[in-house]
Amino acid sequence: MKSNLTSLCILVGVSLAAQGLAMVMPDYFTQLFMYGCINAILAVSLNLVNGLSGQFSLGHAGFMGVGAYTAASVNVFLLSSFHGTPVGDQTALILSLIAAALVSALAGYLVGLPSLRLKGDYLAIATLGFGEIIRVIILNIQKVGGARGFIGIPPTTSAFLTVFVLASCVLLTHRFVQSSHGRSLLAVRENEIAAESMGVNTTYFKVQTFVVSAGLAGVAGGLFAHYLSYINPSSFDFMKSVEIVIMVVLGGMGSVSGSILAAFLLTLLPEVLRPLQDITHVDLRMVIYSLALILMMLLRPKGLFGRKELWELFKKKTT
Amino acid sequence: MAVKFERFFMEGFLQLLLNGTALGSIYALIALGYTMVYGILRLINFAHGDIVMIGAYAGLFTALALHTSDHPTLFGFLIVLASAMLVSALLGFLIERLAYRPLRNVPRLNLLITAVGVSLLLENLGQVVFGATPRVFPDILPSITLIQSGQIAVTNQQVTVFGTSLFLMFALEWIVQKTKLGRAMRAVSHSHETASLVGIPTDTIITITFIIGSSLAAAAGILVCISYPRVDPLMGVMIGLKAFVAAVLGGIGSIRGAVVGGFLMGISEAMVVGYGSSTYRDALAFAILILILIFKPAGLFGKYQPEKV
Repeated sequence: MKSNLTSLCILVGVSLAAQGLAMVMPDYFTQLFMYGCINAILAVSLNLVNGLSGQFSLGHAGFMGVGAYTAASVNVFLLSSFHGTPVGDQTALILSLIAAALVSALAGYLVGLPSLRLKGDYLAIATLGFGEIIRVIILNIQKVGGARGFIGIPPTTSAFLTVFVLASCVLLTHRFVQSSHGRSLLAVRENEIAAESMGVNTTYFKVQTFVVSAGLAGVAGGLFAHYLSYINPSSFDFMKSVEIVIMVVLGGMGSVSGSILAAFLLTLLPEVLRPLQDITHVDLRMVIYSLALILMMLLRPKGLFGRKELWELFKKKTT
Repeated sequence: MAVKFERFFMEGFLQLLLNGTALGSIYALIALGYTMVYGILRLINFAHGDIVMIGAYAGLFTALALHTSDHPTLFGFLIVLASAMLVSALLGFLIERLAYRPLRNVPRLNLLITAVGVSLLLENLGQVVFGATPRVFPDILPSITLIQSGQIAVTNQQVTVFGTSLFLMFALEWIVQKTKLGRAMRAVSHSHETASLVGIPTDTIITITFIIGSSLAAAAGILVCISYPRVDPLMGVMIGLKAFVAAVLGGIGSIRGAVVGGFLMGISEAMVVGYGSSTYRDALAFAILILILIFKPAGLFGKYQPEKV
């Protein structure tokens, strides 16, 4: 109980610090920081599936899209009476984010239950397929704008809330790995058949993780929608899913701090490379980005940190 | 009235079937490349769709350089086809050598991510080198309507697309089933270790598989451009994904399965566009994919291999 209280204090403290920082920083940096945080939430949530349970999902952007559209619809169509005051706006946002988490988690359950029976490549393809289907369905709902996108979402996402969600995700993952559920999950990752023969209900744990991961991606989507105040189905396509996977892989599968660092790196990289465009006159950023991915797979296949966390890198080996 | 309607309906159906068959033969050609690479390396070669794109551009530049569109002939078509296949074969060779071969003994997930990386690289390099705006593919074949009966029209372009694909498929079937090279390929896809124990140079065989698969993809790229004369750096993404679904539908790793899957895919897509909504045409492929994966994960012609402890 005491540790819970301490964690909560740390969460609020970090988030308040972020809010203060966002107020002082120039808008451009604040924007990059916010995108970095939202990407980090996506990466940490996908890390649960790809890193901890050892499954391979290629449709994470689909759940982000479900969350973004749910949050935006709930806020715009149902909760418009709350708008006006800062407190009302934030309440509406939090309620929409909760709705986004629930609906995305439900989508995760519906997708995960049939497809998690598949393994390896097949699971990757199935999730890719579901991700694309979700996008095409959103594209065909005229109520939320179809291909034109959803406009007029109140831009109420604050740095405080975003960092709070990110920090909670990290805490959740950390506690989850320590729990007996997390241990079972690691057993599934290491050897599914061995885990099953030891009495671990592998399907249950895999689906549970998938559902939690989808829910968190939904919250990230909701934050994204309320930060940008405009969303479009093409923001949640296959490329976005690949981008999130790249973050997880770059950081090292299973390393939470690695995922966060990689999310920020990949958000900043295109911006850092922007001056290059003035020299070459063509946009080489995406070329460098993809080349970096290939080179990393060839030279450092375990990602930056492997399965270790940031703080474990400097520890001496005790074997 | 009813008879007339029925006739109208039948003719529409036949026309769609015809269009679908031509499209399906293209999907089948691309699916063959996916299935061969998967069979031999257990790798979903995400870059395969982009090799289709490179093939189409190679064809475009050859056609422009030789001015084949001034006098469209069958000979000019064959030259464009050959040059595209050559360029893509070279590209397939390079990709295998530089990106995939160093990763022969790492977890398959890393190989998959590398394939995604190669795909992204080709798409983005394509946008830098060729420009992001779509270009019109010149007419390399004269446009003649061979058969016209009521609503149904068969053009020589459809016949060429179908004929070329069929020829290449039979050529591949002959290589795989009847030649020494084909026997080596089948052996390597069974087991790398055993194949190398009996003296088969596995690395060379894998490279040759990539070369064959890539040249088939280039041929498919040219055939796509004959039907839909438009080239852009991202054209390979959707075609590639659909052809991949076709390969899974037929049972990935099975050559006959890829052909059947390609035709099924093309025909069902033509039907959805004809009778349903064209905005759902891209979702159809994935809906088929998911149904197949849930009910018959090994595909129509694949063999289910239970995991042994």
